[in-house]
Formats: sequence, C-alpha cells, structure tokens
Amino acid sequence: MSFSPTRLRALLRKEFIQMRRDRVTFAMMLGVPIMQLLLFGYAINSDPRDMPTALVAPVQDRFGRSFAAALENSGYYRITHPLATADQAERLMTRGEVAFVVTVPADFGRRMERGDRPQILVEADGSDPSATSGAVAALSGIAESAFRRDLPAGSARTAPEIVAHRRYNPEAVTQYNIVPGLLGVILQMTMVMMTAMALTREIERGTMENLLAMPATPAEIMIGKITPFLTVGAVQVLVILGAAWAIFDVPFAGSLGLLLAGVMVFVLALVLLGYLISTAARTQMQAMQIAIFIFLPSVLLSGFMFPFRGMPGWAQALGEVLPVTHLLRLVRGIMLKGAGWADVAPQFAALATMVAVLGTLALLRFRRTLD
Amino acid sequence: MTQATAIDVTGLTKSFGGRTVVDDVALRVAEGEIAGFLGPNGSGKTTCIRMICGLLTPDAGSGSVLGLDVRRQQRAIRRQVGYMTQKFSFYEDLSIEENLAFVAGLYGLPRQAVRDTLEDLGLTSRKTQLAGSLSGGWKQRLALAACIMHQPRLLLLDEPTAGVDPKARRQFWDEIHARALGGMTVLVSTHYMDEAERCHRINYIAYGRLVVSGTVAEVIAGARLVTLGVQSPRPGELAERLRRAPGVEQVEPFGTALHVTGTDRDRLMAALAAEGVAGRPVETSLEDVFIRLMEQSQDNMR
Ligand SMILES: Nc1ncnc2c1ncn2[C@@H]1O[C@H](COP(=O)(O)OP(=O)(O)O)[C@@H](O)[C@H]1O
Ligand SMILES: [Mg+2]
Repeated sequence: MSFSPTRLRALLRKEFIQMRRDRVTFAMMLGVPIMQLLLFGYAINSDPRDMPTALVAPVQDRFGRSFAAALENSGYYRITHPLATADQAERLMTRGEVAFVVTVPADFGRRMERGDRPQILVEADGSDPSATSGAVAALSGIAESAFRRDLPAGSARTAPEIVAHRRYNPEAVTQYNIVPGLLGVILQMTMVMMTAMALTREIERGTMENLLAMPATPAEIMIGKITPFLTVGAVQVLVILGAAWAIFDVPFAGSLGLLLAGVMVFVLALVLLGYLISTAARTQMQAMQIAIFIFLPSVLLSGFMFPFRGMPGWAQALGEVLPVTHLLRLVRGIMLKGAGWADVAPQFAALATMVAVLGTLALLRFRRTLD
Repeated sequence: MTQATAIDVTGLTKSFGGRTVVDDVALRVAEGEIAGFLGPNGSGKTTCIRMICGLLTPDAGSGSVLGLDVRRQQRAIRRQVGYMTQKFSFYEDLSIEENLAFVAGLYGLPRQAVRDTLEDLGLTSRKTQLAGSLSGGWKQRLALAACIMHQPRLLLLDEPTAGVDPKARRQFWDEIHARALGGMTVLVSTHYMDEAERCHRINYIAYGRLVVSGTVAEVIAGARLVTLGVQSPRPGELAERLRRAPGVEQVEPFGTALHVTGTDRDRLMAALAAEGVAGRPVETSLEDVFIRLMEQSQDNMR
C-alpha cells in the first residue's frame, strides 16, 4: 500500500484536534520551557556575591590589609578565614568551605616598596565556574583600587600582578553558554517525553487495535504523530530564543536562519527518538522511564554540564551519539561565535544522520499487528 | 453453483507465552451469512477474530478471507473488513463526527459518506458530542457506524451488544440483518442466547477448540439432550434434590416449573418418578446445550 495524502491528512487532523483538547499537556508543553528557562537561566546565571574566601598572608602589613579590604568592598568576596595557612586553605578549598584562596606572599610588602611588580595569587574553585567567573573577572579592578594610594599618579610603578588560577576546571564555562545549552536540554526533555507517549497512549486507551485494523501505513501514522510535536517544538524554540535575547541578553552573533534550521533538525531528531521509544514501550510509564534514562546522559555527557573536552574518552564517545551534544556545538557556534554554514556543517550532518537512523528504526520497529 | 465462502480457515492456532488459547480451529462462513460465535469468556473468540482480520498472526493454520490468503494478504483483508472491537476503541476525545471523518479519511471516502452515515444511523443530532461522553448504546452505534461506513464485504463484531439495553440491541440486530440482506457477511460473537438464535449458523468454541457448528436446530439436535418440564408447588426444594439425582444433568427453574435435562430419557424419567413427580417433554433450549457443551469440554481438558 503506497503513501496516501488523504490518509495522512485524516491522521494529522485527528492528532491536532487531540493535542488541542488535551489542555494539560498543551499547557505543559508551552509553560514548562518558559518556567525552566527562567528558573535555570536565573539560577545558573546569577552572579553570586559574598563568597567565602580564605586569606593566606604570612606577614600582616598594610598592603595585605588594603587588598583584603578591596576584595570585600567589591561585594564578591567575604574573607571568612583571614589568618589561614597555605595547608589550611588547601583543605578549606577541597572541602568546599571557601570558593577562593587569596595568597599574599611574605615578601609582598617589601617588593611593593622596592617598586617591583609582586604577585598575588587568587585561586578560584572552578568546579562551579559560573559561580566564580564574575568574581575572577573583577580582580584587576579590585587590585587597581586597593593599591591606588600606593601608586602615586604618574608613577612608573604599576599595580601588582594578580595571578588568577582556576582549580578543577581550567576551561571556564561562561554564563552565555548556559542559555543556549538550556535550549537543547529543555527541548530534549519536553519533545522526547511527549512523543514517547504517542503510540503507548493509543495502546493504553485501546484505540491501537482499531487504528491497526484500518488502512494506514506505518509511515503515515508516524508522520501524523510527530508533526504536531514538531509544531510545538518550533514554538518552543521561538519562545526560548526570544527569552534568551530579551531577558538574558545572549548575543546573536551568527545567522538566525541557520540557527533555526539547525535547531529544527535537532527537534526532528528528538521527536523521532521519542516516537522510536513509543514503538518499543508497552505502557506510558515505560515510555517515560526510557525517556528519562536518555535524558540524564543528555545533560551530563553532552557538554551542557561539564566541558566536553574535559571528559574521558568513553564519555566523549557516548556524548557523540547524543543529539544534544551536536546541538550545543551548533548553537554555541552560531549564537556566540558567529559560525557560518561551513563551520557547523559537521553538526548538521550528525543530526541529519540521526534523523535518518531514528526514522528508519522507528518504521522497522512499528508493530503492524497486536502480536 | 456452490455458495461462495467469505471465511474459510482451518487449523487456526495461536498461543501466548506457551499457552495455547486457540487450538486448531476451522471456521467456514458463507457469503451473506450471519454467523454466531459463542463460547465462555476466555475461550478464544476475540483471538480468532483478530487472526481472521489480520491483527494477529496465526502460529499455524491457513485459509482465505474474502478470497485473500489469511496469512499473506492481511493488509488487503483489512481494507475489505469492518471490525468492531470488543472494547470501545474510538477516540473519546473526538466528537462523533470527528471520529467518523477520521475513519472516512483513512478509507479515502468522500465527506458525504460521513454525512450519510450520520443520517443512516440517527447520529446527526449528536454529531458534535465527544465520544467519551456517550452512553454504551450510543458508543456502540458510533462504533458500528464507523466500521460499516466503507461498505466492507465482511463485518466482524466482537460482543457488540454487551452492556446495551434491549431496545438498542433489537435495533442493532435489525441493522445487521438489513446489511446481511444487502450481501454483507457477518461474524458476531455474543453471550446472549436470543442473539445466537438470530444467527443463520452458530459456532461454539470452548478452551480454544471449536466444539460444534451448525444451525441452531442442528446444534440442539446434535447435543442429543432430553428435557422434561415438571410442575411443582415447591420448585426450589425439588430442584435441589433433582440436581443430585442420577441421570440428571441440569435443572433450570422456569417460572413455577422446572426444566430437567439429561442425556438418557429413561434414567431421567426414573429420577422424576423417585421424587413422585411426572414430566412432560419440552424443547431443549440452546442454553442447556451450551452449558452441557461447556461442562463436557471442561471434562475433556482434565
Ligand atoms: N495479547 C495477549 N497476550 C496474552 N494472553 C492473551 C492475549 N490475548 C488474549 N489472551 C488470552 O487468551 C485467552 C483467550 O482470550 P480471548 O480471545 O479474548 O477470549 P474471548 O474473546 O473468547 O473471551 C484468554 O485467556 C486471554 O487471557
Ligand atoms: Mg473476547
């Protein structure tokens, strides 16, 4: 039996009516992404202040004191351990009790007075990079203001050098990385979960038997099922990108058309993934569990949570087969770095391959009988 | 010219997880015939029907449905068959009209078909009502409407009148008979004896095996049962005692009378004589026959 536009139209009409009538699901599909974006966008984006700091200054002189005061005045730092030794500070940092360790060397005052350019070492806990990045970025300004009095105008002497050192996570993830990442993760969650219910819902409501008894082909049923979700996905994309631009001021360096095209290929891969799940699951509960099972690695191994290149080889290999991984590269590339078609072609190719593989698998797995 | 057969299958077998639920069933239904499909719950009626319309693949067996191979031409069969499932299986969140429009679209029927069907089955006034809010009788009407809209040559009805009131049942059967006159073949499963009697032929299945087929008269005659009617002032107590008497298979209260059924007239008479009552011959009912068949197959299973 060949493909029939009439049958597809009947299927599409039915699916859209059902989606419209299912108010709760419909509201969730549009409300959840906005809520999550605001929640996580702000939670992760917030620029934390008064972060606990250990000060290691073997010699208590006015230089050390004025630097400490300037740190506190900046609002980012609160010196909770002013008299720490290097060992103590190390332990505090490991245990997560301080986010920063500021080390003023013993010969700092002497070298300042001599007109050298001594160093102050600021170590930041990089395991939560977005938490500390604002504070690290403020350091040079802080040093400037701390030693202004000691550096008379026109003096040849320059401010001491502040050496900022990120511990645990040298590749700092900036705040701008988060919102584009959220785009992928939110879509991954809503699209896959909703579509994963597509067939299991028919099975649980007993309507599958009837659907199968009528002459619709697996491809027609699949297109009928995924198209409404594709539409919802497109709306979600516009909402999230709009919010990213309006609320979070994320820069749009590259082409919006290219970005939308890439994201829609990603959404297509997601709904096919969800549909594939629904051909395998027997109940909505099972479908949900499988969707969650795939969601976790999508957050953890895609480069959303941890820098991709910092992961061990096996984790990177796993990450490569996740659609989100490629979406993150594509979105960060286009939005933040202004990447063009040639730069993101590999990501398009990866996502398109996934679309082809997932679609084929779903059609092969579709059971035409109740066996 | 021999009468064409709409369903002609033999050796139909299906098991689920090692348990055989349909075992070597042979079924013949002539074109234009209304065939009844009877048997206790779980005897495999639904499974048989699903195999006939290609929704389940038989483990063994072969045959033809509407001249098409039951194993290889499942999809072609589905196009020409109307199947009404045991459980309501249309979309409760769609209205009557939307459900019918969906079905019409899948069969490539024009919009007019939906309007005609609504009109034919008296559904026009309720067409915008959601299927989920319909009562049992109306749901059944919708389901019937949806599965005959494409004018199938074979109608498979799986317990279509369960939970439907007598008037709606009567209308339903009138509709079925009208369709059969128009040439449609019908295979209908049911638990109601009066419905079985409305069928041209009946097929009785128990524990997955086809036990008997034939017209109602043939099936009753074939059971070789004898039934005697007994009048008694205290039928309840008499029934208790008769049930334990030798030669008595079944005792059914019938108003103030009892219908006593057995296989051997002489032993039956003797049992009545022992109680000091006389019986007069009455017709054995289809129900008596089915209960007898059910008990027999139970014995065979042990
Ligand atoms: N898909 C299935 N999986 C497992 N067992 C099934 C399935 N369908 C039916 N059965 C079992 O097969 C037997 C026959 O069922 P069914 O054909 O529905 O009988 P009927 O329609 O006569 O009541 C029952 O015991 C039922 O539990
Ligand atoms: Mg049944």
